[in-house]
Amino acid sequence: MILDTILRVGAKLFIPFILLFALYVQFHGDYGPGGGFQAGVAAGAMVIFYAITFGLPAAQRIVPPTVVEIMIPLGVAIFAGVGIVSLMLGANYLDYSPLAHEPEHGQHLGILLVEFGVLVTVAGTMTSIFYTFAGRFE
Amino acid sequence: MIESLITFALLVLMAAAALGVVRLHDLFAVVILSGTYSFLLATVLVVFDAVDVAMTEAAVGAGMSTVLMLTVLGLTKMEETLPVHTPLLPLAVAGITGAVLIYATLDLPEFGIAEAPIHQHVAPYYLEHSIEQTTVPNVVTAVLASYRGYDTLGEVTVIFTAGIGVLLLLKGRRGRGKGGEGAA
Repeated sequence: MILDTILRVGAKLFIPFILLFALYVQFHGDYGPGGGFQAGVAAGAMVIFYAITFGLPAAQRIVPPTVVEIMIPLGVAIFAGVGIVSLMLGANYLDYSPLAHEPEHGQHLGILLVEFGVLVTVAGTMTSIFYTFAGRFE
Repeated sequence: MIESLITFALLVLMAAAALGVVRLHDLFAVVILSGTYSFLLATVLVVFDAVDVAMTEAAVGAGMSTVLMLTVLGLTKMEETLPVHTPLLPLAVAGITGAVLIYATLDLPEFGIAEAPIHQHVAPYYLEHSIEQTTVPNVVTAVLASYRGYDTLGEVTVIFTAGIGVLLLLKGRRGRGKGGEGAA
């Protein structure tokens, strides 16, 4: 690990763009290919890339294991919570129409929120599975 | 014409990668080859215009699985242990199952035709109404998150369960070893 300067500099150049790409895939999923699953994997891959180049402790200082472990149930809670909100607004479970003034905007908002829930769970799961395996090397 | 040539070439490469996975005993090579297989499959899906699925296959199958498998390889041996029993029974089971599956494909509608039952059921409704009902131009996203929200909630729950399961199996033990946090 002496000759890894190129790797480290390259990683530092790449990582912001991986995160940007993940966010693009997330929020452009309504218009092009992509969505929460793909964006979640890209975001998880960014953390894993950082952990591989700079070491697990460095990555865990930036993205602590507790945070990613909370993210796993949090995403499911966001998804299911959107459904409960629509129940409380008088519609069927996971029917996003009452979330905004116009039903179609409510649908759009609901899709965005639900996809965000998917992103949170997928990114959290991918990162914490990697953390758990990599943590066993110690 | 060009498209079927590309598909054919990709499928041949996929078959080669699969053969390599079976033949090799160096597990590092096997992991890399299965990543290659996933990436080729993603390319096939791009040729079929299924970009959303292709993206998932490339990200999860080729990227994430390969990284996780390599991490696991670091914890175990790099060489495959040779099986002690003869491979005849598994070979027969796999051969018969494969033959049954190929026989079943004979009943499928012709590849890619528009009259297939799957394109006649709810798909036309989604294609016609998804923009006016959800304002989302990508029909795949509209179907995934809105029309089929229940299914997607189920999928997220599956990922949640997998993540929690891995954490319970691997972290629980380590916590007990330390006599600390993760102990049940």
